[in-house]
Formats: sequence, structure tokens, C-alpha cells
Amino acid sequence: MSTPDLRQLLADHCFTRDLPTDLVDRVVEHARVTTYPPGAWLFREGSTAKEFHLVVSGTVAVSMHVPGRGDHVVDTVDACETVGWSWLVPPYRWFFDARATTEVTAVTIDAVALRTIAEQEPAFGYALLRQVTVVMLERMQAARVRLADLYGPAA
Amino acid sequence: MTATASTDRVADAFAVREFGVTSRRQDTRDTVTLSLSPRDGVPLGFAPGQFTMVYAFGVGEVPLSISGDPAPGRALLHTIRDVGGVTHTLAGLRRGDVVGIRGPYGTGWDVSDGRGGDVVLVAGGIGLAPLRPALLQVLARRDDYKRVVLLYGTRTPEDVLFAADLEKWRGRFDLEVEVTVDYGPPLWRGKVGLVTGLIPRAGFDPAHTLALVCGPEPMMRYVASALSDRGVPPDRIRLSMERAMDCGVGLCGHCQLRELFICVDGPVFTYERLERLLWLREV
Repeated sequence: MSTPDLRQLLADHCFTRDLPTDLVDRVVEHARVTTYPPGAWLFREGSTAKEFHLVVSGTVAVSMHVPGRGDHVVDTVDACETVGWSWLVPPYRWFFDARATTEVTAVTIDAVALRTIAEQEPAFGYALLRQVTVVMLERMQAARVRLADLYGPAA
Repeated sequence: MTATASTDRVADAFAVREFGVTSRRQDTRDTVTLSLSPRDGVPLGFAPGQFTMVYAFGVGEVPLSISGDPAPGRALLHTIRDVGGVTHTLAGLRRGDVVGIRGPYGTGWDVSDGRGGDVVLVAGGIGLAPLRPALLQVLARRDDYKRVVLLYGTRTPEDVLFAADLEKWRGRFDLEVEVTVDYGPPLWRGKVGLVTGLIPRAGFDPAHTLALVCGPEPMMRYVASALSDRGVPPDRIRLSMERAMDCGVGLCGHCQLRELFICVDGPVFTYERLERLLWLREV
């Protein structure tokens, strides 16, 4: 995909659409469009978190493998959502598996490069961290609400 | 009004009619749907969203939303979750058993207010039951509406209510249906996450949408906020509230929510009216 198309995908994506244009341009330099057929792994638990993915279309299941019980899906990620934040903080290792459950198109971003720029350019780093924090906050709130088991039997 | 007429009206409100169980369907591990037929032969008309007081003779009475088709001539359906003494008795009834019914009571969804625009139904858990009549009414007059969306969240795939209906509805080209669960076991290929997460991507025009929401109260708070954030006007978001309703007719006060009695002022309210009250504690 050409750079203008990639820039447009980033301009439209929920993760990057509120970033200033010059910062999006920096991200474009380290991004590429990827596709995954159903069943393909985006990453596996325990592996190094070197990239993350902005889902453009399709669905990704975030799961944990339990020996003897199979893969427990803890979340599904759809278009305009982001897969992965373990790349941001040490030890830069994926905590879950991520697998495409449908045909997935994503913008895959070189997280190592972004981390390097963020270290060197605090304004970029702050803007990036704000976006990642939104993702983390939404996921943590959702996890806590699910812990409350609202649909479970009344106390 | 004379004292006698007033007394008669109160007496009418408490009149119990006998209904026989004509069928029982086990929906999930703890939820059943009873089909009920009036023993006097007079059908019970109702508006989607209304409830009845259902009496398990010798055990007690509970308010239950009606889950059946509101079209004339259809059986009265109640979907019951086995969570207490009365509901346990009701859930265990069999064909031929008899229950007492009072009502129907309360306000309805008034889905016809959504004509000419989009309709979004957001259900959580057993909250799909009171929304089912509303959806059936919309589908019966499908041409009156633009986009129709059903977003349903529940605990696990095993807790999905009305699975056969959902499968049928998903097969329609004029209805968007999304289901998500809190816990996704192996082999589950559907969505996992909160029902609020479905709202940003659902296909509807917020400014011209009527949204109907039913589920646990915290879920309704989050959903109403998410719908409002997306641009649905608060007076176009309707929530069905649940409180301990005993009399069903606004006399006992058990279902009071500040200045409102859920049984007569509700159970269906606009978010515009409820927003302030939803955030009050201990009311």
C-alpha cells in the first residue's frame, strides 16, 4: 500500500486520528499494512513485543492457553481498536496470544522504533502514551466490570 | 369519584386471573420461559415493556416482564430466572399447572415513537426478555423503521437467552445483531467484551435513533452514557428499571425511586428523566 493510503488509514483509525499530523507522519514511517487470514497468529504469549496492530477490519481474539482446557478468549478486538500494549513497558513481552478470528487487515507499527523516538522526543512520547493510556484504561475498566459479574446470580 | 368506585378500582387492580401453563421451555441453566393461557378465555393484551404480577399459589408473587409477542392472539410468555423462592417455584412449573396473574402494569417502550428513524435495542443478560416484545413489534412493521440494531451482552455463551431467536434474527438482512459475552470459553468464536464496546461501531444514526436499554442497572448507566456520548438525545434513550415491586399499582411504595414509583411511573423511563437518579446512592 502506498504511503498516502497508509496515512489515510492512520488518519481514520481511532488510535491515531486525534494525533497532530506531524506525529502521524512520524508513525507512517514505521508502519505497514498487514493482512491475516482467519486462524493466523498476530503474536504469541511469551514472545517479544516488537510491534503492535491497529485493526482496520476484521476481529482479533486475545486469548490465554490453558493446558487441557484450550484457549480462553479474554477479549475480542474489532475495527478501529488496538491490539497490544506490552511493547511499551519492560520486559516487552506479550502476556496473551492474539489470533485473527476473521480475515484481518491491520496497520502494524514498529514499536521499537516508536519507543526510540518517544525517548528522544518527549512531545511525541507524551502524545503516544496518552493514546495507549486510553486503550489501557478502556480495557482495565472493562475487565473490572466483568469481574463484578453483573449478569451473574443476584446476591 | 365515590368511595365505593374508588374501592372497586383498587379491588380491580388486585384482581387475580388464573392462567394455565401450556408449555415450558428451558432457555438456559437457570432460566425458563412459560407459555400461559387464560383459563377464562379472555386474552391478556399488553404493550411491550409492561410487566405482570405472577402469583405462585401458596408461595408468593413476583413482578415479571412479558417476553412474548404483543400481537393479538399470541400466548402470554414470561421468562423467569430462578433466583429466589417464588421464581424457583415458577421455574419448576409444568404443563397444566396454574398461576395467578395481575396486570399488565406499567409503562411500555412505545416503540412506535421510533418510526421513520433507527431503533437500537441494547440488552444485558435476562434484560433481553422485556426487549423481545419490542423487537417483535418493530419487525412486524419493519417498513416503518430504518436501521434496526440489537446489541446483546451476557455472561457466557451458555447464558445466551433466546438462542433460536437470535440465530433467526441474525439471518435477516434488515436487522443488525451483535452478541458479546463476558467470558469466552474454548470453541467460542464470537465476541468477548462489554456490550458498551459494541455501541461505537453499531450502524445507526444517533440523532435519529430511539434506543431501548434493559439489563443490570450499572450496565444501563454505562450503556446510556455511551449512547449519549455517541449523540443519541437523552429523551430518545429509554431504560427499563427494576426495583422491589410488590403491589404493582403504586400503593405500597416498595419500588419508590425518589419521586418515582417504578411500577406506575415506569418501569420504562427516558434517560433524560432518570439520569440524575441513576447516580444517586441508596434510593
